Amino acid sequence: MADERPIRVLIAKPGLDGHDRGAKVVARALRDAGMEVIYTGIRQTPQMIAEAALQEDAQVVGLSILSGAHLELFPRVVEELKTRGVDDVLLFAGGIIPKADIPAIEAMGFKGVFGPGTDTNAIIAFVRDNAPQRV
Amino acid sequence: MSKSKQEWLETTWGKAVSRFAPRRPRFESSSGAEVDPLYGPEDLAEWNYHEKLGYPGEYPFTRGVQPTMYRGRLWTMRQYAGFADAEESNRRYKFLLAQGQTGLSVAFDLPTQIGYDSDSPEAEGEVGKVGVAISSLEDMETLTNGIPMEKITTSMTINATAPILLALYVAAAKKQGADLAKVGGTIQNDILKEYIARGTYIFPPRPSLRLITDVFAWCKDELPEWNTISISGYHMREAGCTAAQELAFTFADAIEYVDAALNAGLHFDEFGGRLAFFWACHSNFLEEVAKFRASRRIWAKIATERYGSKDPRAQMVRFHTQTGGATLTAQQPLNNIIRTTLQAMSAVLGGTQSLHTNSYDEALALPTEKSVEVALRTQQVIGYESGVADVIDPLAGSYYVEALTDRVEAEAWAYLSRIEDLGGALLGIEQGFQQREIQESAFRLQRMTETKERIVVGVNDYVTEDEVEPDLMRVDTALGKRRQDQLAALRARRDNDAVKRSLAKIRAAASTSENMMPLLVEAVEAYTTVGEICGVLREEWGEYQEVMTI
Repeated sequence: MADERPIRVLIAKPGLDGHDRGAKVVARALRDAGMEVIYTGIRQTPQMIAEAALQEDAQVVGLSILSGAHLELFPRVVEELKTRGVDDVLLFAGGIIPKADIPAIEAMGFKGVFGPGTDTNAIIAFVRDNAPQRV
Repeated sequence: MSKSKQEWLETTWGKAVSRFAPRRPRFESSSGAEVDPLYGPEDLAEWNYHEKLGYPGEYPFTRGVQPTMYRGRLWTMRQYAGFADAEESNRRYKFLLAQGQTGLSVAFDLPTQIGYDSDSPEAEGEVGKVGVAISSLEDMETLTNGIPMEKITTSMTINATAPILLALYVAAAKKQGADLAKVGGTIQNDILKEYIARGTYIFPPRPSLRLITDVFAWCKDELPEWNTISISGYHMREAGCTAAQELAFTFADAIEYVDAALNAGLHFDEFGGRLAFFWACHSNFLEEVAKFRASRRIWAKIATERYGSKDPRAQMVRFHTQTGGATLTAQQPLNNIIRTTLQAMSAVLGGTQSLHTNSYDEALALPTEKSVEVALRTQQVIGYESGVADVIDPLAGSYYVEALTDRVEAEAWAYLSRIEDLGGALLGIEQGFQQREIQESAFRLQRMTETKERIVVGVNDYVTEDEVEPDLMRVDTALGKRRQDQLAALRARRDNDAVKRSLAKIRAAASTSENMMPLLVEAVEAYTTVGEICGVLREEWGEYQEVMTI
């Protein structure tokens, strides 16, 4: 089987907020769905997240933020990933993110933005359908 | 002829459910314990009124800590607020006071909470977002401008940097000419739950606990009306734990603080009366009422039996309540007004001393002025119109409420003894115990929502398609730059030699057991900033590393 290798996902908390309930629930749900999940912990700088994505060879990077700093921090994470040549990852985001900000986040390269109340099965399906293949 | 509950369950109830199955195979509390369809005298067979309840204002305080409760005065209506800079937040506080709010509650932005000034690189993007940015005495003076600090009590949600923000508040009060003996308020100052759930820690546990006991000791003499800590279950509950875990994890933290203070040479009854508590109020209406009542009974026992307290004030759980942020839904946000109303009602029936009601738009962004006003009005309607505040502890004697109060208490004691076996709250945290328990409960709740064992209106049932989001609050994006300019001007204007001297004294005291508070007051009076002080202490003490539990 070609797709036997589990998908590698990095779940990260950029910025200073400590609200990690959502990040941990998503990490756990993806892991229970058979993926390899690395959770960074809270208070990660964009550099730390990009470095972890590189070191862990992540195919998918999910960012969770509830402080309202997404429009400032997300572009910096994308920038740091590019600097390290990590350009074939699936990006998605979650947290308290107003709908009006979603187009801007999608324009940065994020394929999905999941707010409060999202069913984790929807996130699992999204990751399975969109994760880039690795050989 | 009298029939027992068991007989009724087997006959009348049994016959009925064999024809019409109940809505769910099993009904349960937040901790997963099964709830019977009916409660009666058999459920309180061993129950003794005087032992379990007593009277308001008397041990074990189950019915309330004040003898008069809300007949004397209603709870303090205290809306947690703060955003952007000190000037904007000061305006919001004056608005809230003009609407009949009776105390202030300050939300600080994350850089302030984690000890970074608004102009530091770590603060980028976060300045003024989740609260007000306060870096120096200049900011604190602006924040409290025109607010009589002798009369209005202020609660500050601040932990790792609590002693510094308290020093700033004291310095501002002194500049206003206030008598410190009359200045009242609360700092959260609860670092252990930051390690467990909230995340705004800076230093490792030992120096953090030392700062906390320094505050206890200093306030006893200098600021007698100040609540030196607000030991908080709120954030652990928001992170996913159950009602009983909320009580147990909080009291385990309380025991850790008390032990640290005793080790520092203080006596329990000297500071016990200045300990405050902070509970969440979630959606299971009667279980939450039971939780509040159980909390008073548990602490009264800990205070007397473990610490030999003789002073009733030191045995009372005086608490603030906030309705459950995690119960708010981004979908159909107006429904949140109803959720918040029910939760606020349980907090009042549970005898809270002060209350924050969440605004309906908080699952989407910081609240607007309009939504905050509705939230405050909710409290006023409960207080003045519903009649529930007219009689003390009106649910006492309900078979179910009393059985539930006993059960929440028993479950909390069981957790307390598990934590005791691990060596106390701090060792539990270092082993990831509380964190894992909270994660498990959060995950269980998520699963129950996804399988629809639990219905959340508007989220997994009664869903509306294509909702239009309400107007949301936005923090001005130019704020970061403005703050940088303000701080640059301050650093140019102040006496920088005095700043250096104050920092040198703090550095020298870091490795001793000298009380830090007088040094912090002196430093902030010289306009030394929060970030500068924390920078020195970071160098001296290092930083806490998160225990990874997933």
